[in-house]
Amino acid sequence: MQINNTTEFRPKIVAFCCNWCSYAGADLAGNNRLSYPADIKIIRVPCSCRVNPTFILRAFQRGADGVILCGCHPGDCHYTSGNYYTRRRMTLLFSMMNYLGIEKERTRVEWVSAAEGAKFAAVMQDFAQTVAALGESKRLEDLRCKQ
Amino acid sequence: MQTVTREQLLSKAVSLLSSGTVNRVLGWKKGDFAYDVTPSVFETESELQDSFVYNIFCSANFSKYLISETQKEGRVLVFLKPCDSYSFNQLLTEHRFDRERVYAVGIPCDGMMDTASVKALAPDGLTHAVRDGEQLKISTLYDGETSFPFAKVLPDRCKLCKSKKVVVYDEMLGTNGDITDAPRFEEVVRLENMTEEERYTFWQKELSRCIRCNACRDVCPACTCEKCVFDNPASGVENKAIDDPFEEKLFHIIRAFHVAGRCTDCGECSRVCPQSIPLHLLNRKFIYDIDRNYGEYIAGAEEGLRAPLVDYHTDDPETDAVMEGGQKQ
Repeated sequence: MQINNTTEFRPKIVAFCCNWCSYAGADLAGNNRLSYPADIKIIRVPCSCRVNPTFILRAFQRGADGVILCGCHPGDCHYTSGNYYTRRRMTLLFSMMNYLGIEKERTRVEWVSAAEGAKFAAVMQDFAQTVAALGESKRLEDLRCKQ
Repeated sequence: MQTVTREQLLSKAVSLLSSGTVNRVLGWKKGDFAYDVTPSVFETESELQDSFVYNIFCSANFSKYLISETQKEGRVLVFLKPCDSYSFNQLLTEHRFDRERVYAVGIPCDGMMDTASVKALAPDGLTHAVRDGEQLKISTLYDGETSFPFAKVLPDRCKLCKSKKVVVYDEMLGTNGDITDAPRFEEVVRLENMTEEERYTFWQKELSRCIRCNACRDVCPACTCEKCVFDNPASGVENKAIDDPFEEKLFHIIRAFHVAGRCTDCGECSRVCPQSIPLHLLNRKFIYDIDRNYGEYIAGAEEGLRAPLVDYHTDDPETDAVMEGGQKQ
């Protein structure tokens, strides 16, 4: 048996996915045998606007190196308007995080529909690469949560 | 000179109190030191005569006190400076108190000192600080009297005052002012133009001084939840003092975010901060972003405005802050 001893950095990425679109999109990517990095940990939410700003900061606290939020395309929200609120909130939140010096590449919003399995895989690959290039998240880490 | 004097305010309060128009007066009470002025509720004329003050340290925003004061019997008299009147409108918009139970007297303001600003001029032994025309005269135990140009030594929020107009009142004392066009976002822009590294260092230096006293939250007229997210005992609030840089960032981002779109930029957060953290720069960043992306908006400018974060347009811009980490294709 071989143990992989490489010290290559693998980022931890949290993806908040809307139940009605991107979560199904991830499913479709799987059904189509499209691969996306295993570093992505998906959390299913009922709507992208369910994501409270504290969720995103808590994810970083508990060791995430990047957080991506996926919702329905504007106009396609299952609840009519949830993603429009998300768009405003996240614009402000991410802009504020960047204002405090946190790299803006670590946070992202993407619109992925249930039919866009390929887009889901592509987005996740791109995001994982971007975050891997930045390395470990240091500016929002909580030493008490480190192992 | 302050255009309204203590005597004017006092006689107004006394006459309204004795005629029965109001039952209580929200006013400033003198403390032990010149700079030590406390918001207080006065119920009788003799209390007012004894300890009501109005000077350059009367900067406390009374709007938030109305939430509890209007729960009591009768009406309360409140003095509103321009800043306070914006908060007043914002609270009315959110149905936080009963307008019928308040008698609002508008007073003009051309800047108020705070403890931190005056201590910066005279760290020790301050005995006296008064405004004389355009000069601020300070006497200390050790150096005698010195004077400074008043407009120069004001705290940031008054130097860059957004409005001298009292936007809501039942009665106005003195003359009302106008909305100004002070460059209040200059500092935000300066920070935005720094590199991420420099900004991180700047905020790390500022926020690491935070002692989590929650004064900024308690004083904020927009923070009026009865149960605050930061008071949740299940989250272990008692451990969250200063032991980790993450907690400070979490607290300050969320505190500012919870009032985003409702913050009237009154600057009370920075005034009460015992560690002199420039908290208004966080709020102003949100206001600046809202103005840029969703059109100019001044919270509390009139009653009933819909705050930007509880509203949307289908064609809102998707800035590079959210989409694809700044590389939207």
